[in-house]
Amino acid sequence: MNIEAIRAIYMFEMARFFRTYRQSLLAPVISTSLYFVVFGAAIGSQINQVEGVAYGAFIVPGLIMLSVMTQSTSNASFGIYFPKFTGSIYELLSAPVNFLEATVGYVGAAATKSLIIGLIILATSFAFVDVSIAHPLAMVAFLLLTCLSFALLGFIIGIWAGNFEQLQLIPMLIITPLVFLGGSFYSTTMLPPFWQAVTLLNPVHYLISGFRWAFYEQADVPVGISLLAIAAFTGACLAAIAWIFRTGWRIRS
Amino acid sequence: MAPIVRVNDLRKRYASGFEALKGVTLDIEEGEILALLGPNGAGKTTLISTVCGITTPTAGTVTVGGHDIQRDYRAARSLIGLVPQELSLEAFETVMNAVRFSRGLFGKPRNDALIEDLLKQLGLFDKKDSKIMALSGGMKRRVLIAKALAHEPRVLFLDEPTAGVDVELRKDMWKVVDNLRKTGVTIILTTHYIEEAEAMADRVAVIDKGQIMLVQDKAELMRHMGRKQLRIHLAEPVAEVPFALADYQLDLATDGASLIYTYDTRAERTGITALLNELQRAGLQMRDIETQESSLEEIFVGLVKGDAA
Repeated sequence: MNIEAIRAIYMFEMARFFRTYRQSLLAPVISTSLYFVVFGAAIGSQINQVEGVAYGAFIVPGLIMLSVMTQSTSNASFGIYFPKFTGSIYELLSAPVNFLEATVGYVGAAATKSLIIGLIILATSFAFVDVSIAHPLAMVAFLLLTCLSFALLGFIIGIWAGNFEQLQLIPMLIITPLVFLGGSFYSTTMLPPFWQAVTLLNPVHYLISGFRWAFYEQADVPVGISLLAIAAFTGACLAAIAWIFRTGWRIRS
Repeated sequence: MAPIVRVNDLRKRYASGFEALKGVTLDIEEGEILALLGPNGAGKTTLISTVCGITTPTAGTVTVGGHDIQRDYRAARSLIGLVPQELSLEAFETVMNAVRFSRGLFGKPRNDALIEDLLKQLGLFDKKDSKIMALSGGMKRRVLIAKALAHEPRVLFLDEPTAGVDVELRKDMWKVVDNLRKTGVTIILTTHYIEEAEAMADRVAVIDKGQIMLVQDKAELMRHMGRKQLRIHLAEPVAEVPFALADYQLDLATDGASLIYTYDTRAERTGITALLNELQRAGLQMRDIETQESSLEEIFVGLVKGDAA
């Protein structure tokens, strides 16, 4: 195991994050605050409660998930796409590094970044609404798993992408809609039965539901299923990455 | 001593069907500077990329320090440093961090003293905290060399180290390479500048269309392959080459004052003695004679052209 390589990749990627801390940290805090102002204060005041939780507080888990998922994906995809774009990936390919080490380094750093962002948003939300966390350990576990699995997805996207447009395509066209439609800002029980059934096809729905359960013990789907869904998603991403490195798909000719 | 790099019947066919390497066999001795010379598209970069692990070979084997580059890739790659042709660097990182990253990537524990020493050797020390994007092209090339050397490799591949670099910097780079040689690093450099191979290499391998055309000690190559010219300055200009000397295929200089005889130094008889005797017999007075050796460039063009014919 090339521990030094993992450390080097991880530190290098984290340095990129801290170099652009204004963009990396301030932007999610500002956009989250805006969500609280719009959904919490303006619209939320017109909505009584959702499943016994004040609307402003109800959206906190969804908001964190929204940021964490998009940040994990974009950080990890950028982290591996950028060396491909500049050509500096030659170094990784010629180094005594296997797929697991490279993945741990890049994905670990991307997941750490989005975890930091998630925790900052959580801290910010305490300033706006009354948040309670019923199962702190489960909350952290869900948060970690989400950071990790979406960073894995981002890593795959970064390897696949041939240009900047493709790099943005999946997060924009797939992840953001899935998060919005997965019940980040509403309980799916509010939907008509047909749309409730459709939502069950949305993998993100299970994560948001599980995460919200950790806060308010209120979930759209049983928490066990949520855990299973995220485990399956993580497993699928890992299998895809293992295949990519074995075949050299898109990175090694 | 066993060669440090052994390339055996290496073949590479890209997905497009293009066969970039058609069975390359090459041994590289420890401590030498080998120039891999060839026109654009000859397979130089593919050969280097395959040895370094960036490209997967279609067939054939490569060992570095006795380690197979595929089966035992960790050990093999740890011995290799690669300086790519393109200035591929993370623009926003500082020189120090970029070089530190390279060392870690190759599994070596952090050693800032060693890296600072390396930067000093390469004349980069005062730039160590500069962002890479603020550096000139020549400096960026040095950063790439520093990155390649950060894990103390025993073999260094320099892919076109002076491509697009002005004359001044090129000479500078030669000095850098010369210093590296003194540290015992084996250096393989690709180039299509003959003068570069001539200035730096111990041995020259000529590659064309995916095949090694020739591998030879540089001096020997020049001695054996070289054609020499004997220029005979005449006391009195002549209008044409005397008929008696027709066998020697002499060229007459435009002013008619000198005769030029081209001969092959590999030939058993160069014909010089006989020519000089003939000249005397023809009654031509010689004022001076001089010989000129052909450059590696001429040898090279001869080889590549000969292949096309």
